[in-house]
Amino acid sequence: MEVVSVAPVEIERTESSEAPFDVPFPDVPWVTIVHNDPVNLMSYVTYVFQAYFGYPKDKARRLMMDVHQKGRAAVSSGSREEMERDVQAMHGYGLWATLTQDR
Amino acid sequence: MAGYFKAAPDGGAAIALDKVEISILRSLAVQLLELIGPGPEESQAADDPLAELLIEGPSTPPADPALARLFPSAYMDPEKVPDEEAKRASSEFRRYTENDLRARKREDALAVVRSLDRLTLGGDREAVLKVTQADAKCWLCALNDLRLVIGTRLGVDDDPESELYHLPDDDPRKPLVMAYLWLGGLQETLVETLMP
Repeated sequence: MEVVSVAPVEIERTESSEAPFDVPFPDVPWVTIVHNDPVNLMSYVTYVFQAYFGYPKDKARRLMMDVHQKGRAAVSSGSREEMERDVQAMHGYGLWATLTQDR
Repeated sequence: MAGYFKAAPDGGAAIALDKVEISILRSLAVQLLELIGPGPEESQAADDPLAELLIEGPSTPPADPALARLFPSAYMDPEKVPDEEAKRASSEFRRYTENDLRARKREDALAVVRSLDRLTLGGDREAVLKVTQADAKCWLCALNDLRLVIGTRLGVDDDPESELYHLPDDDPRKPLVMAYLWLGGLQETLVETLMP
């Protein structure tokens, strides 16, 4: 009987101490943001959005223009892991990208 | 320095380069390799391929501004004041990704050096460099990395009328500006061949 009563207490404690810290807003997606950069060519940025994300040319161009004119554009959204992958890929292409939780 | 990429009839792209252009491009690509530095496989883990997988990357951004531009902090939004969580997450991201990113950038620059080394000059002291669709991505990334490094060194900003583009011939920055503009032309024309 002792064993049975102890186990659930441990599980509860683990959940209450870690869950709120690691996942503050579990349902809110993360976004990859690409920032404007004086060096990157507009045509190249459009190419990267087409080549990596598979976006059609119109969408890729629109996102590129947002980066260029507004200074930034959210180019993809999803889980934190997916956005870390996208940010790493953008850095591979030489684009200046960060990820943030979209809240 | 007037040669630019054109779409090749059999796919990919081609450019005619003379001896001086080949030598400048090669020298810039080698300097980029030196700046990125050797991978852990060449330094710490030469004897043990498994150890290489376990080596963590750095947790702080590179001190050199050009390298810092090549390897940005993933959680540092330039429009926000960074909090402790952003700093912690950036350094963790860097620890697990920067080595891979450096390896990728080295491979891109190496692909450029190798394809230049395969060229044979013709009687007119020129060679035609052919870049396949697959190689084009390496070339684009390496050209971009070079422009990021040179652009950071020169302090290039959004001003199209910057004094950088009107330097007198005896200005020490002039050759670098010329190289920067030339690389931009190469990159622009190579992108065009990929996006008809």
